[in-house]
Amino acid sequence: MSSLIQAKDLEVNRQGKYILQNVSLSVGKKDFITIIGPNGAGKSILLECLMGTFMPDKGEIDKKNNLSIGYIPQNFNPDNSMPISVKRFLMLRKNFTPKELKSVSEETNISDVLSKNLSNLSGGELQRVLLARSLLGNPELLILDEPAQNLDIKNQLNFYNLLNQIYQTRNISILMVSHDLHMVMASTKQVICLFHHICCSGEPQTVAKDPEFISLFGNDMAKMMSVYQHTHDHSHNEKLND
Amino acid sequence: MIEPFLIRAIIAGIGVAIITGAIGCFVVWRKMAYFGDSLAHSALLGVALGLVLGISTNLGTMIICSVFAILLIWLQQKKVLATDTLLGILAHAALSIGMVTLSLMERSVDLHSYLFGDILAVTNHEIYLIIFGGLTVLIFLFFNWSSFVLTTINEKLAKSEGLNTMFNQLLIMLLMTIVVAVSFRIVGLLLITSMLIIPAATARQIVNSPEAMAVTSSILGIFAVMLGIYISLYFDTPSGPSIVVASVVIFVSTLFLSSFRKN
Repeated sequence: MSSLIQAKDLEVNRQGKYILQNVSLSVGKKDFITIIGPNGAGKSILLECLMGTFMPDKGEIDKKNNLSIGYIPQNFNPDNSMPISVKRFLMLRKNFTPKELKSVSEETNISDVLSKNLSNLSGGELQRVLLARSLLGNPELLILDEPAQNLDIKNQLNFYNLLNQIYQTRNISILMVSHDLHMVMASTKQVICLFHHICCSGEPQTVAKDPEFISLFGNDMAKMMSVYQHTHDHSHNEKLND
Repeated sequence: MIEPFLIRAIIAGIGVAIITGAIGCFVVWRKMAYFGDSLAHSALLGVALGLVLGISTNLGTMIICSVFAILLIWLQQKKVLATDTLLGILAHAALSIGMVTLSLMERSVDLHSYLFGDILAVTNHEIYLIIFGGLTVLIFLFFNWSSFVLTTINEKLAKSEGLNTMFNQLLIMLLMTIVVAVSFRIVGLLLITSMLIIPAATARQIVNSPEAMAVTSSILGIFAVMLGIYISLYFDTPSGPSIVVASVVIFVSTLFLSSFRKN
């Protein structure tokens, strides 16, 4: 099997309502897939089905043997009642070497915050720590659920630049739920527009013109996407600092 | 010469302080204080069950509390009512049924000692229970520590790394029932939650890792129990509330000192 994950005809329903219906998709090597869709469209559930942490009511999921996945959950909010350092939090992940911890920390620019308390991080720092944690163990696939949701524009930009760097330098596939499509236009190869079923999918510029996309997100979003595409085709060398 | 009852009290107190301190951290982290309270309330039905069936009241408590925990998880899954509402219903139903049953019984029961504990009247049998139950809890905590901590930090993250979070949650709840069942004779059903949360909350002020919090919490619990026994003995006050007063004093002074230090 050449693809990492292949899902066929996934169906999830809750109390007679379809959360997912007829969803098929495949993630291959070096893919960069962005899933977009309105709130409650079933995006997070889809990711959980693919990871195997949620059982769909129908459908098949084929995974490459021993596929290693790095994951960032949506709305990660560490509670202040537990004192835990960033380093200890990273160490809770298994199967990696101290050397890898060092190199991943440098790669994601979190070396300075390793001894900080997890609940005292800024939004940008926290998302980078989560990204670092997902990279430990050298995964073949990153599954990211709205990884930049709670960041301000500047930090969003930094985060996506970092993600793009990682995608360029590592032999890794990325499957991401994100609304910030204009920020990942340059790197994302495929966009899947989900509203319980797959409305449309394809390259970003094709999706933006799709009538189903426009009916779901409106003309403005479609316009914004095509505008950003030009400005973002190059220049990803902004320095990371926050 | 130390009186044997005092030695028993000290041993039992140290044992209870160690396990409530450790599991109490999870109560604080997972915001389970109300669950602990409800568990303790329902324990009174366990006492009644134990007396009616002629088995040990600790065993009765453990049975009822486990049923309580499983019932709660099952009802939570159904998502009919909010958890605190469910807890309130279950806890007060169990408490009231327990009270009614106890009052119907022919022989008189020292309700006061169940509600507020009596560490100075602890028996050898109860000490064995504390040691056995306590070791069980500590062994489970030790071997599942990382999984428990990760599950507590973020369930989805834990799940994605192959942990059975549902099982972990159930296990934490069952460990809590053991803790409540073996230690309610010491501080009493109404005050057991304070042993779970006050030392842990105190420890939170002064440590910076989850492990250190558990150990510190246990040590602070031991201090509180010793101080409480001393107060109880020399001022002839009820032992359970005396222990709680001692731990509150420690909590307040730590809070004061740590905020003083920060400024």
